[in-house]
Amino acid sequence: MTKLNSKIPQGPVATKWSSYKDHIALVNPSNKRKLDIIVVGTGLAGASAAASLGALGFKVKAFCYQDSPRRAHSIAAQGGINASKNYQNDGDSVYRLFYDTIKGGDYRAREGNVYRLAEVSGSIIDQSVALGVPFAREYGGLLDNRSFGGAQVSRTFYARGQTGQQLLLGAYSAMSRQVSLGNVESYTRHEMLDVVIIDGRARGIIARNLVTGEIERHSAHAVVLATGGYGNVFFLSTNAMGSNATAIWKAYKKGAFFGNPCFTQIHPTCIPVHGDFQSKLTLMSESLRNDGRIWVPKRKEDVDALRHNKMKPKDIAEENRDYYLERRYPAFGNLVPRDVASRAAKERCDAGFGVGETGLAVYLDFADSIKRLGCNVIEERYGNLFQMYQKIVDENPYENPMMIYPAVHYTMGGLWVDYDLMSTVKGLFVAGEANFSDHGANRLGASALMQGLADGYFVLPYTIQNYLADQINVPRFKTDLPEFDESEKQVQARLQKLFDVKGTKPVDHFHRQLGKIMWEYVGMARNKAGLQKAITLIREVRAEFWKDVKITGEFNEVNPELEKAGRVADFIELGELMAIDALNREESCGGHFREEYQTPEGEALRNDDDFMYVAAWEYIGDDKTPVLNKEPLEYEAIEVKQRNYK
Amino acid sequence: MDFTLKIWRQKNAKAKGKFVTYKINGISDSSSFLEMLDVFNDQQVTKGEDPVVFDHDCREGICGTCSLYINGRPHGPDDAVTTCQLHMRKFKDGDTIVIEPWRSKAFPVIRDLMVDRQAFDKIIQAGGFISVNTGGIPDANAILIPKQNADSSMDAAACIGCGACVAACKNASAMLFVAAKVSHFALLPQGKAEATRRVQAMVAKMDELGFGNCTNTGACEAECPKEISIENIARMNREFLGAKIGSQKKVVKEGGF
Repeated sequence: MTKLNSKIPQGPVATKWSSYKDHIALVNPSNKRKLDIIVVGTGLAGASAAASLGALGFKVKAFCYQDSPRRAHSIAAQGGINASKNYQNDGDSVYRLFYDTIKGGDYRAREGNVYRLAEVSGSIIDQSVALGVPFAREYGGLLDNRSFGGAQVSRTFYARGQTGQQLLLGAYSAMSRQVSLGNVESYTRHEMLDVVIIDGRARGIIARNLVTGEIERHSAHAVVLATGGYGNVFFLSTNAMGSNATAIWKAYKKGAFFGNPCFTQIHPTCIPVHGDFQSKLTLMSESLRNDGRIWVPKRKEDVDALRHNKMKPKDIAEENRDYYLERRYPAFGNLVPRDVASRAAKERCDAGFGVGETGLAVYLDFADSIKRLGCNVIEERYGNLFQMYQKIVDENPYENPMMIYPAVHYTMGGLWVDYDLMSTVKGLFVAGEANFSDHGANRLGASALMQGLADGYFVLPYTIQNYLADQINVPRFKTDLPEFDESEKQVQARLQKLFDVKGTKPVDHFHRQLGKIMWEYVGMARNKAGLQKAITLIREVRAEFWKDVKITGEFNEVNPELEKAGRVADFIELGELMAIDALNREESCGGHFREEYQTPEGEALRNDDDFMYVAAWEYIGDDKTPVLNKEPLEYEAIEVKQRNYK
Repeated sequence: MDFTLKIWRQKNAKAKGKFVTYKINGISDSSSFLEMLDVFNDQQVTKGEDPVVFDHDCREGICGTCSLYINGRPHGPDDAVTTCQLHMRKFKDGDTIVIEPWRSKAFPVIRDLMVDRQAFDKIIQAGGFISVNTGGIPDANAILIPKQNADSSMDAAACIGCGACVAACKNASAMLFVAAKVSHFALLPQGKAEATRRVQAMVAKMDELGFGNCTNTGACEAECPKEISIENIARMNREFLGAKIGSQKKVVKEGGF
């Protein structure tokens, strides 16, 4: 029944990628100049792809909705980037990074892709250093490493708490150089609203110029979507305000399958929610778990005293503290993977031991580390994070433990892609968080940066070339073809439809409603009845949105309300697909926790017999239930086990 | 908390702008400044009036998108934060708050509080990079970098490109922005190879785009949300002079320079 071919190369996992590279078709330099590639999104995956493809000699058009490519949300990644360099001599290797990633993803990722990711991880560090990324160093002048969750080695490279920023600025500078060389054209403040398909292949996009409101047509021989994740379905998340799913959702409606939409990462260490008008949640890097210990009070009377300000956290005696991660998972302690840490925090708070005004927070305490290492060392490692916390919460984390709570952070799901990172639409490639490929049901910390840059610097330059090799005689496409007419007409009609609702409520009202439903029923813990209810409620929000949304201003001008409306309309539809997928997956794995399926200790209980597959959903019409296609997962190099972090 | 807002409204780049006064009530003191504007905009939309347009994205002080001149200071009255990290508890109940866009010839207003900062991208395109292609790179530990140099380079590289330095400067100079990028690379061995070309190309582009000169007032450093030091300007001047005197060749237009 499956129409999916993952195109994993034959042979042992360790030689798949090199044998792939040895056998692909190439395009000679004079022909590369005749081939156009559109890259949508300029985060780590998009900027590194644009820079690398431009350097090869392809003609690239790079699009972003921000006012500069440098502002894509990769910039906000804090903690670090993994690479299996084994600089620390602590037993790391390509195989071990591969193994940790598969295990961390709870055996729901593809072996071939993940091995390749681990294999190129070292080159990413080399490349970034050459581009001037000022990674942290030791006094001897060598690169420094720290540890991250889900690993027993120190393989994470970092630039203070701004690793994403520095890596993105590296890729952005490389892309800027290609702009000056004339190989990349940069289109800022542009939002992609449709993908144009000609004879079964992606050949262009329709984009709205966000300054003039004009609808533009752009053609190319291949299209790359690197538009990030869809965590903003939940309204409150650690994503940027503009992060959206519109590009991948339009592609889904044009025939690209959506892989594992329900796989969402709830990050354990974020600043707790403070009020109704909050617009986003701020992450406190996982790297803090290197030196911070997570705890809640053991006794209910202490919880009460704390909540009524009769006591300070430091007044609670050591024996009355429950370091629940260290208690439950002695081998990994505070460095268990994110899904495990998040659920453990929720478990304690649900049991009534949460702290803070709302009872939805736990402590992340640095007192021991400050005693052991001194304040200045902690400041050097995490200074900017501590400052950020103090600005938001108005409390000094050097003196009082931080309060944290899980929040939506990353989406492992995304458009289904094969080994070439091509979706089920020919010529439509998907990179970085926008695809589903490498993290299975849970992503390990410091692996998102690795994947984005792996896709852009080292995978797409090969796989796109392989795809384009037989198209060197295809002339540049004109944008007056009927397929462009049709696509633009649809885009115009939808924008007009949004305006024509002329309702009474602003867009945010519906987005908040959707977010509440998603968090309640499709969040950290899910169950059958809740998911069914969510689907009903989401449909109600959708109906109300199209009846009552109000958009001010005009079409042909800067209009952020119109932009938001289009994005929220897509989020509502995607939210429903997430619930459908979560309902279908009758097992718990990684970040997807179905309450019906757990071990007696409350750990996720997988069902490998029935669900060891990628769920790739196929769109067949607006009011029709999407069709489920299954890509079975096969493990040859790794023995499948229950995850154990004890 | 209740506030009176005096906000710069301007329909588009060509229209004449003006201040419009509004009232807003019931704002939580733990709200961020931009969340206050969100509430304001929701009210505007509900009333059927145009919401105020402002740039913002990550809301955690790192993307550099948000701007705003608040009560005469870029990013408002708090130190070392961006507008998205500014909280209403920094204001007093009943305050009048004046909100303007960045003011600089090189950053024309697009609408209301939103400005065009493409000039910064153009400066980077002129030379704010190291000319290496993807692949074929030696091992990352092949070249040792003293920790102090890596740290100072990181201090400069922390710039988020928001433009507060330009907005704060009476000359609308982009010296701090350019100097931060020049220093970031000049302090690393990887950046040395083309240091002389880089500084000349970036400075020439900065002048061409209409930014003013530096008169050592130091407002840029005082208002920088990332506390980038004006030492970087001194370093850039040294690099620039050295390049001018020391360079044998003309700045060749090649590889982007």
